[in-house]
Amino acid sequence: MMLIDCPHCGLRDETEFEYGSQAHVPYPQDPQALTNDEWAQWLYFRDNPMGLRAERWVHLTGCRKWFNAVRDTVSYEFKATYPVGTPRPNIPPHHGGIR
Amino acid sequence: MADLLPEHPDFLWRNPRLKSSYDVVIVGAGGHGLATAYYLAKEHGITNVAVIDKGWLGGGNMARNTTIIRSNYMLDKSTRFFDRSLQMWEGLDEELEYDFLFSQRGLITLAHTDAEVRESIRRVESNVLNGADAEWLTPQEVKELLPIVNISDAIRHPVMGATYQARAAIAKHDHVAWAYARKASAMGVDIIQNTEVTGFLKDGDKVIGVETTRGNIATEKVGIAVAGHSSLLAEKAGFQVPIQSRTLQALVSELFEPVHPMILTSHHIHVYVSQAHKGELVMGANTDPYTAYGARGGFHTIERQLAAAVELVPIFARAHLIRVWGGVVDISPDSTPIIGKTPVEGIYINCGWGSGGFKGTPIGGYTLAHTIAHDEPHEYNKHFGLDRYYTGHLVDEHSASGVLH
Repeated sequence: MMLIDCPHCGLRDETEFEYGSQAHVPYPQDPQALTNDEWAQWLYFRDNPMGLRAERWVHLTGCRKWFNAVRDTVSYEFKATYPVGTPRPNIPPHHGGIR
Repeated sequence: MADLLPEHPDFLWRNPRLKSSYDVVIVGAGGHGLATAYYLAKEHGITNVAVIDKGWLGGGNMARNTTIIRSNYMLDKSTRFFDRSLQMWEGLDEELEYDFLFSQRGLITLAHTDAEVRESIRRVESNVLNGADAEWLTPQEVKELLPIVNISDAIRHPVMGATYQARAAIAKHDHVAWAYARKASAMGVDIIQNTEVTGFLKDGDKVIGVETTRGNIATEKVGIAVAGHSSLLAEKAGFQVPIQSRTLQALVSELFEPVHPMILTSHHIHVYVSQAHKGELVMGANTDPYTAYGARGGFHTIERQLAAAVELVPIFARAHLIRVWGGVVDISPDSTPIIGKTPVEGIYINCGWGSGGFKGTPIGGYTLAHTIAHDEPHEYNKHFGLDRYYTGHLVDEHSASGVLH
């Protein structure tokens, strides 16, 4: 069981959270202007890196608020959690980690 | 039952030196990669082929899956595709002249809610219309077929009925990989293990070779069949696949006398279980929810699934879990595999099988081989190309396969 650091509630069990895919993927500003390829990109294509990735998570059975996290997809380690609307923190690939 | 296993020969395939050029290079010596090489040689007479793997043959998801083979999907395109695969399985051991304990023991998929009952009956009718065998069972009929199931009303998820596919099967997974490898090798295919593809050589939008840890190989055709690592290789080749890699966990119990002669699954509570020939109960879980390459998952995923299994089959409470493992599965947006051409000329891909690639080993290899040989998809995979994400013609199979394969 991992502990995840909710920006609002602090450390809680992983089972209280739900994963919400890649972070920082805004809805297109002018959807009518997109080509089919651009629509496909927005709808179906997400980064799938081996290593650090910015993601959305929600503290579903806690404060029910969404937040963002930078997580390692190999070790699963949460390198940082940060509020929605703030930029992705710059974390070097081999930072050592917080927990 | 262990004495049923075939005698293990000394050498099943050659271990040749890597040549500097091939007509076709297949990346990934798992079930799909080896089957692709076999069908390239057998169906298309293309034998100057290398199958390259960064690890050992059949050591990825081919070694980790729960071996369920079925074809009871919902949509016409996928039921026909998967039933063709099941038809290929029926007789594959004879064709490959290698026994892998293919056992058509029947699959019971339980329904626990009114909505699931409606969906299941609809799926049975759809299967029958598409030529795949399927029946609807009442709880009493489930009990008659598989007495270990608890059909009491007094449990958290009572059994309200089930779909039944009698032709569904299990097989000894690693022997399937070896059987394909042996035949492919005998026809001239070079199987090269412990050699990682590190990049692709291109002339414009056309592939002209692959870079490996043992040097470059010239080739004009490359087939990629690397499951959970498809995104990484596609990126090296200069295109994208709409894949998310996740952990899927499975587990086995200690060995028991035969108590469970069929395959039992429940979509609703995420459990599927069969008893392998050797005697261990083999179970699979739902995928862990997040993107992951670690090939291990949370124990709470296993715990939830075991709780459900024990309630449905109370005698499993006495079983000891001896081993849990994970694999990296490749989840596509519509839960349907991607088999076809890519934006790079000469590169073809087979991925997106999610948690259910084992059952598709024959058809996956067969259709990828056809696509490579003709530079056009086969009738069976023409709807399964990457282009469907751009045209919107998805093959959305969540109703039948979102959880279980």
